[in-house]
Amino acid sequence: MRKSTVSLRAGLVAAAAFSLCAAAPASAQQKVKIGFITTLSGPQGVIGNDMRQSVEMALDHLGRKIGGLDVEIIYGDDQVKPDVGKQVAEEMLKKHQVNFVSGIIWSNVMLAVAPTVTGAGTFMIGTNAGPNQLAGDQCNELFFTTSWQNDQTPEAMGKYMQDAGLQDVYVMAPNYAAGKDMVTGFKRYFKGKIVDEVYTRLGQTDYQAELSQLRSKNPKAVFVFLPGGMGIQFLKQYSEAGLRGQFPLYSVYTVDELSIPAVKHAALGQLETRYWSQDLKNEANVKFVGDYKKKHGRPPSFYGAQSYDGMMLIDSAVRAVKGNLSDKKGMTAAMRKADFKSTRGKFTYNNNHFPIQNFYLLKTVAGAAPGSDPVMEIQKAVFTNHKDSYGKDCKMKW
Amino acid sequence: MITTRNWILVAILLLLGAVPAAAAYFEQPFYLDLLRRVMIFAIAAVSLNLILGYGGMVSFGHAAYLGIGGYAVGILAHHGIHSGWLQWGLAIGASALVALAIGAISVRTSGIYFIMITLAFTQMLYYLGISIEEYGGDDGMRVPVRSQFSGLVDLNDGTQFYFLVLGILAASLFLVHRLVNSRFGMVLQAIRSNEARTRAIGFSPYPYRLATFVISGAMCGLAGALLVNHTAYLTPEFMNWTRSGELMFMVILGGIATSAGPLLGAAVLLLLEDVLQGWSLLPREAVRDHWQLYLGIFLVLVVLFARRGLAGLLPGKNE
Amino acid sequence: MNYILIAEQTLNGLQLGVMLFLLAAGLTLVFGIMNLVNLAHGALYMVGAYLTTWFYQATGSYLLAVVLGLAGTLAVGIVTELVALRTLYERDHLDQVLATFGLILIFNELIAIVWGRAALYSTIPDYLSGHVQLTDSLRYPLYRLVIIGVGLAVAVLLWFTVSRTRIGMLIRAGASNRAMVAALGVNIRLLYTIVFGVGAALAGLAGLLSGPIYAVQPGMGELILIQVFVVIVIGGIGSIRGAFAGALIVGMVDTMGRAFLKPTLATVLSPTAAETAGPALASMLIYLLMAAVLAFRPEGLFPSRGS
Repeated sequence: MRKSTVSLRAGLVAAAAFSLCAAAPASAQQKVKIGFITTLSGPQGVIGNDMRQSVEMALDHLGRKIGGLDVEIIYGDDQVKPDVGKQVAEEMLKKHQVNFVSGIIWSNVMLAVAPTVTGAGTFMIGTNAGPNQLAGDQCNELFFTTSWQNDQTPEAMGKYMQDAGLQDVYVMAPNYAAGKDMVTGFKRYFKGKIVDEVYTRLGQTDYQAELSQLRSKNPKAVFVFLPGGMGIQFLKQYSEAGLRGQFPLYSVYTVDELSIPAVKHAALGQLETRYWSQDLKNEANVKFVGDYKKKHGRPPSFYGAQSYDGMMLIDSAVRAVKGNLSDKKGMTAAMRKADFKSTRGKFTYNNNHFPIQNFYLLKTVAGAAPGSDPVMEIQKAVFTNHKDSYGKDCKMKW
Repeated sequence: MITTRNWILVAILLLLGAVPAAAAYFEQPFYLDLLRRVMIFAIAAVSLNLILGYGGMVSFGHAAYLGIGGYAVGILAHHGIHSGWLQWGLAIGASALVALAIGAISVRTSGIYFIMITLAFTQMLYYLGISIEEYGGDDGMRVPVRSQFSGLVDLNDGTQFYFLVLGILAASLFLVHRLVNSRFGMVLQAIRSNEARTRAIGFSPYPYRLATFVISGAMCGLAGALLVNHTAYLTPEFMNWTRSGELMFMVILGGIATSAGPLLGAAVLLLLEDVLQGWSLLPREAVRDHWQLYLGIFLVLVVLFARRGLAGLLPGKNE
Repeated sequence: MNYILIAEQTLNGLQLGVMLFLLAAGLTLVFGIMNLVNLAHGALYMVGAYLTTWFYQATGSYLLAVVLGLAGTLAVGIVTELVALRTLYERDHLDQVLATFGLILIFNELIAIVWGRAALYSTIPDYLSGHVQLTDSLRYPLYRLVIIGVGLAVAVLLWFTVSRTRIGMLIRAGASNRAMVAALGVNIRLLYTIVFGVGAALAGLAGLLSGPIYAVQPGMGELILIQVFVVIVIGGIGSIRGAFAGALIVGMVDTMGRAFLKPTLATVLSPTAAETAGPALASMLIYLLMAAVLAFRPEGLFPSRGS
């Protein structure tokens, strides 16, 4: 017994020491190192997986080179925890010495990671989370995002429903920061009558009680924000309760290419607003969506499109400074030009490094081939060149 | 009394003390941060071991004190008060008060009921934290300025912060060691062993349990203050029941009612997570994405074959 | 007073309660009789949902899928008991907690490896969907009524088995005094395996019933597990009657809280205060309830006679 435990401990110590030495400092060769942080474990790993596959596709399209230099991509798992995300970021910065950190799905993780990265003088290229603090007074020269500011998407839905003259809207979101932000953004443009504003428990699975309340209020329309598993559950139950035909359902971040396979026809007719859609017709998107469908058997989600663009943005910056990775000011200037073929088409950056872009109304319609999953398609543009509402709080001017 | 086990523990602490120099020599500053995080959770695990291991009170709500300590620092910093003395003092004091309140009710129960009631309280605090918008709600709050100690220690210096944490860890281990081996500690362990008999000799369990609960909560509150300084970020998620579960696992994995247990448990659990995700010996995808599978297998194997936890594997007599 | 709404919410609470009962019954039996804290109970719930969904897609027959799903979950439960849990009966609760937590991780990842992390598409056959007109102004989904029906039937069946049959007598005796039952020559190991199997089957049943209305994804068990623990604490550990009462109470309180707490608060507080306090309080409600029960009647509402 004694012998085996001593050798076990010795083995562990040796392994630890070996891994300490084995991680060599950055090699002398010119290489671009990118750290990509997302969620790869747990149920939300679905999103992270889509992002990773899109990043890989982008790198393949670029011939595994960023700005002409060889690229090394390191993926990290934040486990949906801000402190783990921060630790992963620090590992990428200090151990792997990456030139760019990218990714991040969740706002609270982004708020912990972004200052760490920019504080270390490294670029943070966000590809999903868009908390208003980073769009306002915490904006930074080294922080860019290829997604959107959180409020913009519900603002677009609010505008659409306002223009459509809808009244008596029933609003529902989970009771946490993002949920409240979505409703705030919605109400910024929707000025009609709201019959009830309901906040559900985060992670709630059963919505029967809320659905009964909803029916009793008899609204003319329903607006919800229920991301991830919550959306899948709500949609199934909404459909099962027979409310689909009764009350038109509008949402943001509730139905997307990742959740449709789980709900199928329960999503038909669903209206959402988004800055991008898989059927958007521009050169980059047609190539991206086409190749993605061929390789993975289904269209990519917007998380993927944003991550793809993130790689393209980095590529354009490195190309502009001709591979001189220490010219951070030059890369900032290049990124500000947004001079790359984005999957959303041409766009420009606001002073806070958030995109100024169009927002569209999407509808979930039946798939082309019989028996295939429904797809989301653009119906019309709601906003053209829409700016976020926090740019004025950002002190950067250029 | 210095046993073999205690010498090993001292040796581990000395090894930890050598890390900053080693990290600088090998140019791997990341490991300083990683081990600092491990030590902070070790302090929390030491505090939990006091009530769980020695006191026999299985608290599923211990992460609440990490949160309270953290919020004490965060809220004061938010309002412009950066004095470490005030912040950490409040962290310890508030945690002790809350532990007193929760303990007064919970300590009367035992067994599964104690587990559930501590769980209930922590969930309530968690939902409370989510709904308070002023301090970030669910998004959490950045704490960009670290606690200041009027020039004595600069927390912005990674090495100084590291040694401060190491010092607090050593102090906690020493405090628990003295407490457990004192008359007070003897009664506590007797209560855990056989409550009826302890009562029969004239000791009332309630005040002993409550006092231990409060001390444990206060110590964990200090760990919370350290954690917030380390991550420079604060979120109610620190108080989630799954975090409490992680603390419990560290203590049980390490070996309950042992001196080295909490530190070993925290180190192995957190380092294993890091190692499994970065292991370059196996194809990345297979290991990294499903690292929880290997962690699960590891936990089951430890329970089945290492009956007294990891500390039980160390040479020396079982305490 | 909107009586239709209250009636509907009552049915909703009943349905949620019945679902919780199916999970709580298995967990409380295992804890009461074998003194085993089994955190992996939620994993069996997940297995039930996955197997039934998969079999339904593969065979096209819902009834066949239900039978296969239940049988599969039972098999998985028994194998787990034989391989991993047997040695845990004599061990400390803490060791059981750690080991069963490890099992949760293993189950979640195995499911993710086989079926991926994305939620599975799970549905019910046409003959179970649609609505029933209960009164001329109250419609209720048929499937939810089926769940209530199945749950109540299982409750009756369990009650009958435990109180009227020989095996039920052995179970009650085992809960009272394990050693004595073994001394009387009863094969205690077999009894334990049977009890665990029953618990697994109940969890699997809950899983397959909830699959079509909830999301079938890795980790789905943990979301509901904490509510189940609250139920068995309120009801009393080891007691089926307690599990039933506790489940219905929790189901009702949670549903009514979510539905009526905010409007009720709005009558005494300002609308904005009610808006923040309402949801926060509704989330905490079942924990407050549990704390109250523990404060006044720590052994639970219907403790099993053995405790």
